[in-house]
Amino acid sequence: MSSLSRDDVANLARLARIEMTDQELENLTTEFAVILNAVARVQEVATTDVPATSHPLPLKNIFRSDVVIPSLTPEEALSGAPASEEQRFRVPQILGEEA
Amino acid sequence: MIKNSAAEMSAALATGATTSVALTQAHLDRISEVDGKVHAFLYVDTQGALEQAKKIDDARARGEKLGPLAGVPLALKDVLVQKDVPTTCGSKILEGWRPPYDSTVVANLKNAGVVILGKTNMDEFAMGSSTENSAYGPTHNPWDLTRIPGGSGGGSSAALAAFEAPLAIGTDTGGSIRQPAAVTGTVGVKPTYGGVSRYGLIAFSSSLDQAGPCARTVLDTALLHEVIAGHDPRDSTSINAPVPQVVAAAKSGDVKGMKIGVVKELNGDGYQAGVRQRFEESLELLAKAGAEIVEVSAPNFEYALAAYYLIAPSECSSNLARFDAMRYGLRVGDTDGASAESVMNMTREVGFGREVKRRILLGTYALSSGYYDAYYGSAQKVRTLITQDFNKAFEKCDVMVSPTCPTTAFKIGEKADDPLAMYLNDIATIPVNMAGIGGMSLPSGVAPEDGLPVGFQIMSPVMQDQRMYSVGAALEAALLSKWGAPLLSQAPALGGAA
Repeated sequence: MSSLSRDDVANLARLARIEMTDQELENLTTEFAVILNAVARVQEVATTDVPATSHPLPLKNIFRSDVVIPSLTPEEALSGAPASEEQRFRVPQILGEEA
Repeated sequence: MIKNSAAEMSAALATGATTSVALTQAHLDRISEVDGKVHAFLYVDTQGALEQAKKIDDARARGEKLGPLAGVPLALKDVLVQKDVPTTCGSKILEGWRPPYDSTVVANLKNAGVVILGKTNMDEFAMGSSTENSAYGPTHNPWDLTRIPGGSGGGSSAALAAFEAPLAIGTDTGGSIRQPAAVTGTVGVKPTYGGVSRYGLIAFSSSLDQAGPCARTVLDTALLHEVIAGHDPRDSTSINAPVPQVVAAAKSGDVKGMKIGVVKELNGDGYQAGVRQRFEESLELLAKAGAEIVEVSAPNFEYALAAYYLIAPSECSSNLARFDAMRYGLRVGDTDGASAESVMNMTREVGFGREVKRRILLGTYALSSGYYDAYYGSAQKVRTLITQDFNKAFEKCDVMVSPTCPTTAFKIGEKADDPLAMYLNDIATIPVNMAGIGGMSLPSGVAPEDGLPVGFQIMSPVMQDQRMYSVGAALEAALLSKWGAPLLSQAPALGGAA
């Protein structure tokens, strides 16, 4: 049974792109110890001979005909944007100054 | 008028005894009167509802042919997008967002002439069993305002029980339609996975999420089921087959010769005495109605909860990556020179609540390299074992049954600090989602020890949803003749004119 350290939880928060307070990280470290212990029960019956199910329906390669239908106007598509400019989403800086 | 069933309202509209505008206004008045106490709604679309009602009344006056639910009001869970109507999913990260399009469920409702009263409260992103995880405050159970109305669809179930709407839409990922129905004395159905389109349903766990109908009677639930179900080319996991004949099944309620399988593992220890008592009584009534009661075993169900709390968080950690503060919703920390990554980090910290963050991190861990096989991979194998248990059991019976929940409604705040205790609410409902089959909860009475509603769960094989409606209608009829009046007539009055 693996348990997670506070640093492990901080790393997960970084990967999940959530800034977290020290208090949150501490609470989650404690909670994960309990939750992981409970969910690890799946390993008791998940033997190598059991196939995995990722989805309830055995569907593959679903296609529909390529018909043009009305779609959102640029104004509609941008209507919920926190910021927009010249019919585009305006986003914060992605690359460094010298990149 | 507001205490009638949707079918009765529909009949009154057809004969001209009332109009949709009058019916809609009566429900809007009821919401004004009681929703301050119940808090079922996050948004009431007074103008939109009355406009739609007027449109239906006009169409009826012109002699247009209308569907059975045309002009009947409905409450919509805030997880489904409705064009130009605020949709939050119970989260601060979507506060103020007005979707530019309709979900297929909403489009189907509008085409059927249903009047959408507004959006109902829910646990944030449908993660929870009590509606306490809503960023906009909890909903209160009309049976006892200090108790939870279930979750995640507690707003929809409470709206039905408080007579704020005769119909509601829920979504069910691990029990979010059935558990709220059970603890409020209402009816809720999770259709077969793929039976109702997920287009425009804000995704939590895509392989488990399913929208479905909620109401106060089995027939009303069936009428709504047929309105929202059907193949949708916009959802690649939508089943391209005729919708099961659920209205006909609900009208006949014939269970003669049907084999009803009682799941051995979903009863006994951990189930409240009054819950077990009502369950046993319901089985006797079904036997009297001509069904054969058999026992079936599903040994792997005991691992379903553990598998669910790996699969659902894993899928949610991926689905909720879309809330990145770039294209819609909240954006925090966008000061001069701030990087996109820091804006994302800050927005997600402020915008997501505690349970959502907990599940995103848990899923991130379960999917991470080195732990994938042990956690997510093992959970997927358990999913296979659960499906095999169902398949074997359905060789011996037509439907399977159990109590919907181990207990009646608990107090608001009672389990808020204990995630594992909260997760245990879903122990009997989760297997259905894992296998993608259909599940219904309907009221089987109140528990003698606390006077609170108890739910009876019926499970039917893939695309055999009509079977649970037959059994549900038979049990409902038997219970009604025993009680003399619908169960909700035993609920305390909330004040107001009803």
